[in-house]
Amino acid sequence: MKNFNLTRRVMLAAAAATLAFSAPAFAGGNQVLDSIHFLIPGGAGGGWDGTARGTGEALTASGLIGSASYENMSGGGGGKAIGFMIENAESQYGTLMVNSTPIVIRSLTGVFPYNFSDLTLVAGTIGDYAAMVVAKDSPINSMADLIAAYKDDMSGTAIGGGSVPGGMDHLVAAMIMQAAGEDPTAVKYIPYDAGGKAMAALLSGEIKALSTGFSEAVDLANAGEVKIIGVTSDERVDAFGDAMTMKEQGIDMTFVNWRGFFGAPGLPADQLAAYQDVIAKMYDTPEWEEVRARNGWVNIHNSGDDFRTFLENQETVIGDLMKELGFL
Amino acid sequence: MFEGIMIGLTTALSFTNILMVIGGVLIGTFIGMLPGLGPMSIIAIMIPVAISIGDPSAALILLAGVYYGAIFGGSTSSILINAPGVASTVASSFDGYPLARKGQAGKALTVAAIASFVGGTIGAILLMVFAPMLASVALLFHSAEYFALMVVGLSAIAAFAGTGKVAKALLMTILGLIMATVGEGALFNMPRFTMGIMDLQSGFGFITLAMAMFALPEAIYLVLDPKRSKNEAGTEIKDLRITREEARQIAPVIGRQSIQGFFIGVLPGAGATIASFLGYAVERNIAPKGEQEEFGKGSIKGLAAPEAANNAACTGSFVPLLTLGIPGSGTTAILLGALIALNVSPGPRLMVDQPEIFWSVIISMYIGNVALLILNLPLIPYIAKILAVPRTYLIPFILFFTMMGAYIGQNNATELLILVGFGIVATILRFADYPLAPLLIGFILGSMLEDNFSRAMQLYDGIGFVLQRPMTMGLLVIAVILVVLPSYRARRARLRAKGVADGD
Repeated sequence: MKNFNLTRRVMLAAAAATLAFSAPAFAGGNQVLDSIHFLIPGGAGGGWDGTARGTGEALTASGLIGSASYENMSGGGGGKAIGFMIENAESQYGTLMVNSTPIVIRSLTGVFPYNFSDLTLVAGTIGDYAAMVVAKDSPINSMADLIAAYKDDMSGTAIGGGSVPGGMDHLVAAMIMQAAGEDPTAVKYIPYDAGGKAMAALLSGEIKALSTGFSEAVDLANAGEVKIIGVTSDERVDAFGDAMTMKEQGIDMTFVNWRGFFGAPGLPADQLAAYQDVIAKMYDTPEWEEVRARNGWVNIHNSGDDFRTFLENQETVIGDLMKELGFL
Repeated sequence: MFEGIMIGLTTALSFTNILMVIGGVLIGTFIGMLPGLGPMSIIAIMIPVAISIGDPSAALILLAGVYYGAIFGGSTSSILINAPGVASTVASSFDGYPLARKGQAGKALTVAAIASFVGGTIGAILLMVFAPMLASVALLFHSAEYFALMVVGLSAIAAFAGTGKVAKALLMTILGLIMATVGEGALFNMPRFTMGIMDLQSGFGFITLAMAMFALPEAIYLVLDPKRSKNEAGTEIKDLRITREEARQIAPVIGRQSIQGFFIGVLPGAGATIASFLGYAVERNIAPKGEQEEFGKGSIKGLAAPEAANNAACTGSFVPLLTLGIPGSGTTAILLGALIALNVSPGPRLMVDQPEIFWSVIISMYIGNVALLILNLPLIPYIAKILAVPRTYLIPFILFFTMMGAYIGQNNATELLILVGFGIVATILRFADYPLAPLLIGFILGSMLEDNFSRAMQLYDGIGFVLQRPMTMGLLVIAVILVVLPSYRARRARLRAKGVADGD
């Protein structure tokens, strides 16, 4: 019957997809762990999904772990998966959950009943800086130009972003304006539900500048669509050396949107150490370099206590700003 | 440009690439037929395969083939079991499913296949001719115009005006709009109306709701009303062919909707869904009096319009993707991700720097559409046989695919509870003779309507944008006409009928 054929095709396609992800695992001498189960708090195809699967791919292909499995658990903007890790802690010691900056923001707003410190912090692995971009034919060429335009016409100089008000892109824009000596609450921030639509709005002139992720901005700058007028890194980034940092332009701020891995609460110390070891070793493998380059990620490795310090610092900065903006 | 086309032609006609097109459209149609697996999830599944190919032209040809193959196949579940798996095929079920119920499933599938083929092909021609120019047109639309466009889309419910269910249809639309507000929208950083339930934080899923409104009540109906399924099984699917008369009827519809659909598809954020609703509304409005009544009851025009429009719009969505690097929809966003992973930067320079990629993809679309038609037409009798399956098998079949569709995208079991809950509500509503399609239209358009409206309000510091932007005003006027005209006509027809009665 026809329908049996249909299902078989689905299975084949799915199998092909899985094969591409799980390269053969050679149990070489450098294997640290048998397996890791990755918990992804969102659906297939998103940023968290890519990070977990990319990391798993590099770890298995390089032989650092025997095998990797993945589980997508969406719901509550990631909150459901966090709750699952906490409630089933003891049976989840073999699981690493991927997460990123929004866990800090959402814990602060109380959207999640939990906080990142309820979990075991394993390591921050990759990150992306934020960037301010303008359309290629915009008269604005630097942050100074943007701030001058903003002072000149506050209502007409709207800044857009791909997150909700109080979300990451808005907070970055507000941080930048604050560091530049402006009132962060006066900035007209226009939210779009996806980066692509925000970009269309920038090119159509609806918004004057766009607060977005640096890697996304680099792709568009390479395509000749936009000018990057400021990046939130400490030093210029090799991937696009022409982009000036905020600091260079007298705006003293930096921001990193990190991605990293968390373990269940009460994870035994030896297992935690093994996870951290396997992630630290991953950076030197050519397999990781291939995955990283393919996705345009920046290595930002923060392990254990460094990760905690980094997160607590980010929580303070974001929390203070959100209070000032009236979101808390 | 001519040189570019020649390079594209040689690239697209290479053996590997022809294989890619055919493979892509095959995978796309078959997976697309399953409710719940839209082009977005299929492409997400196929990306690792495409990336492992390495050659960006071949990879993009494959993914594009999967994309329009899925749109092509997506209408099948709408027509046969009233289970639209993608928002853009909801409109296809309005007339496609009644046709199938009348025992004309074969004909419905043929009309859909032909409309899709023509829509896709005309779309590809327009893409080739206008792509460079259209990029700038897409940028004329601001949030204010998108808001107005969504209002025009909502006016599609006016199509229910003639059925004597105006109040019920309006009520359902409002219910749909209300349901769209649940969860975290793009504009608020706090969840609304979730009652503290975490699974509602991202709102109701479209697929879950579509299955609950259309497919599940259908299965329950089959259980509750055995008579209905008996006459269904009795009718053989003999009339695959469409008569010359019917071809003459749908030809202008397909022609118009292919062009209109393409241009709507070019707008980032509008896409195939709006194109299909608008196509349906417009064709119903301009249809002659007698045929108008057929809409919603199994009109082949009502099926051809959204099918041509959504396929043309899908091709149109490649304009902002390839020429501006802007993904207009979730699906094209995933495609953009794949392109970047293959070291291709879509944008105005793509056509100059890598003409072989740009043109070969467009040319592969012609080949793909022909392949789709050749593959699909002979298969129609077999696919349509699903309906001839005895209902003891058909009901579990529908239930299985409905549940699977709701679960598979999110891997979230709560979706199943929502599905069943709404499915029961929808069944009761159907018994009470409330049309469910307006609810789904309201739900689909609701969040886009709200987001664009509040963006425009914020940008213009108030409602003033309606007066300040002539294009917004123009679109709103069109919406008013689309709503008022059918009601006026229906009223006049009633009055005239009364007058005749009086004269007797």
